[in-house]
Amino acid sequence: MNVFNLFRIAWRALLRNKMRAFLTMLGIIIGVGSVITMVAIGQGSKQSIRDQLSTMGSNMITIRPSSNVTVGGGARLGSTALQTLTLPDADVIKKQSQYITEISPAVTASGQAINAAQNWPTSMQGVSPGYLNIRQWKLKSGTNFTDEDVKTANKVCLIGQTIVENIFGAGEDPVGKYIRFKKIPFKVIGVLEEKGENAFGQDQDDIIMAPYTTVQKRLLAIPYVQTIYASAIDEQSSALATAEITSILRKQHKLKDSDQDDFTVRTQAELISTISSTSELLTVLLAAIAGISLLVGGIGIMNIMYVSVKERTKEIGLRMSIGARGIDILLQFLIEAIFISITGGVIGVVLGVVASNVITLLLSWPTLVSESSIILSFLVCAFTGVFFGYYPARNASKLDPIEALRYE
Amino acid sequence: MATTILDIKNLKREFKMGSETVRALKGISFHIEAGEFVTIMGSSGSGKTTLLNILGCLDKPSDGEFLLDNVNIGKLSRNDLARLRNQKIGFVFQAYNLLPRTSALENVELPLLYNKEIGARERHKRAIESLEAVKLADRLDHLPNQLSGGQQQRVAIARALVNQPVMILADEATGNLDTRTSYEIISLMQELNQQQGKTIVFVTHEPDIASFSSRTITLKDGRIVKDVKNEKVRSAQEALAALPVQDDY
Repeated sequence: MNVFNLFRIAWRALLRNKMRAFLTMLGIIIGVGSVITMVAIGQGSKQSIRDQLSTMGSNMITIRPSSNVTVGGGARLGSTALQTLTLPDADVIKKQSQYITEISPAVTASGQAINAAQNWPTSMQGVSPGYLNIRQWKLKSGTNFTDEDVKTANKVCLIGQTIVENIFGAGEDPVGKYIRFKKIPFKVIGVLEEKGENAFGQDQDDIIMAPYTTVQKRLLAIPYVQTIYASAIDEQSSALATAEITSILRKQHKLKDSDQDDFTVRTQAELISTISSTSELLTVLLAAIAGISLLVGGIGIMNIMYVSVKERTKEIGLRMSIGARGIDILLQFLIEAIFISITGGVIGVVLGVVASNVITLLLSWPTLVSESSIILSFLVCAFTGVFFGYYPARNASKLDPIEALRYE
Repeated sequence: MATTILDIKNLKREFKMGSETVRALKGISFHIEAGEFVTIMGSSGSGKTTLLNILGCLDKPSDGEFLLDNVNIGKLSRNDLARLRNQKIGFVFQAYNLLPRTSALENVELPLLYNKEIGARERHKRAIESLEAVKLADRLDHLPNQLSGGQQQRVAIARALVNQPVMILADEATGNLDTRTSYEIISLMQELNQQQGKTIVFVTHEPDIASFSSRTITLKDGRIVKDVKNEKVRSAQEALAALPVQDDY
């Protein structure tokens, strides 16, 4: 029996039952199509969350004072009111840590930014020049401030797009102009590139950056820092950097082994993985639902093949009486099942990709069709064909030709 | 000296039905030479069907020897039997057993699809020749439901011929047909037998059919009760001509 003939036999048998073959295929088409679409939606949302989060700088490490320190009466203080982080802390981390490329102390002051007749409520971040690298932020025009500006607590600042739009007129170049913040004039020396909203919907461009010394001394009159930002060498080493910073700070703060940390170290990678795991769960759920529909499609194949074997018992008897061996019958039915599932799979893949694009187009949901989901669902459906086709096919091949011929 | 197609010695077949053993064939011996047209007769329960199944290599004897074209089928596996059926036997059934929604040509090609030695072109050529032999050359693309009963049975005969078997095994092949069409089919069989020397074994319970064959074996209760050569073979062609002209009213 040559294989080509087997295919011909199976093909002719399918052609004789076009409608039934198509309906069976439909189960697989819907199954595969929905797996691909659902996974695309899940992956797409995951990717877009990831993209948004990484606009904040994916290697970024944030060190804040911890609220675990209590003052008299047992009340815990908010982190901005805590004074445990200091400039020497930042210096020590910078000196001792191997996994850190940049470090910046940070303090924030809120107030009105004023330029001529325009004003805008915003906040000023006091940082070091390295902060831009930590945030992976670039300047649109002008220059960054320098360590010299930090040393002298110079009244210079960088402003975000939102500030530009709100207190400067259209077409006006802010670089070189003076704005006032809390009654103190600052010279604008650079404009930040637009960054958009972060993952939490905050406008990242609503910001003024100045040397941290300037904010500490001229605006807040405080010696401590509210936050320390650092940048790990890469995303993978941020966990190592976290551990390292923790041990450095514990030593620096002279904490005993029994003491709790009086600071917290968080990485952006942690945040990304927390949020990603939510969308990961979404993907898994969607894929599971879609997988079930694929399973139902597979059972559909089994059902049809089973009925088909029963219904074609006489045909099987005839084929056997004119010389088909058991294996020929088995392969015929198996090929029919595989053909249905593979063809259904191909159409399903096409449908899934089209549906994903239509969803993006009409609902503007981000979707991401991954090769792995295509390959996987295709393999699953080929396997479905074999698995669900085999049992009925084997039943067919085991029939006794005498009884099959007399079957009514 | 004609070659022996079938050689059967003391053939027995028993079935176990629960605790009882049914002895369907109780020791049968005969042989059939190439070119014979044998009818096997018997009432129901005579073992006729059992014998047919064994002759058709669909079943194996419990005891005794059965040589088909000098091959002892008692020792063959299921797959070997399938190959034997494919290459040595052409079946013609009472209910035609054509594949529905499949053209006459494809139905006739079917046995050749299970024979790997035959390529597509050869298969096509032989199928057409077979259909020509049963005078259906103009119905190649017709589906079974577009053919009359007699035509369908002729397609089935073409299918039986296409593998050039040593023997055509017909099981009540005229059972579903009216007298006139039956005679037409018998006439076709006679023609294949007399002009092309095909060996035909025709199982039937109609004595009328037996008179067209060259030899009749009668079974009763699992034994042969009569095995006679028919000296005066009736011509189906003449019988057909003798039938009253169909009066349409």
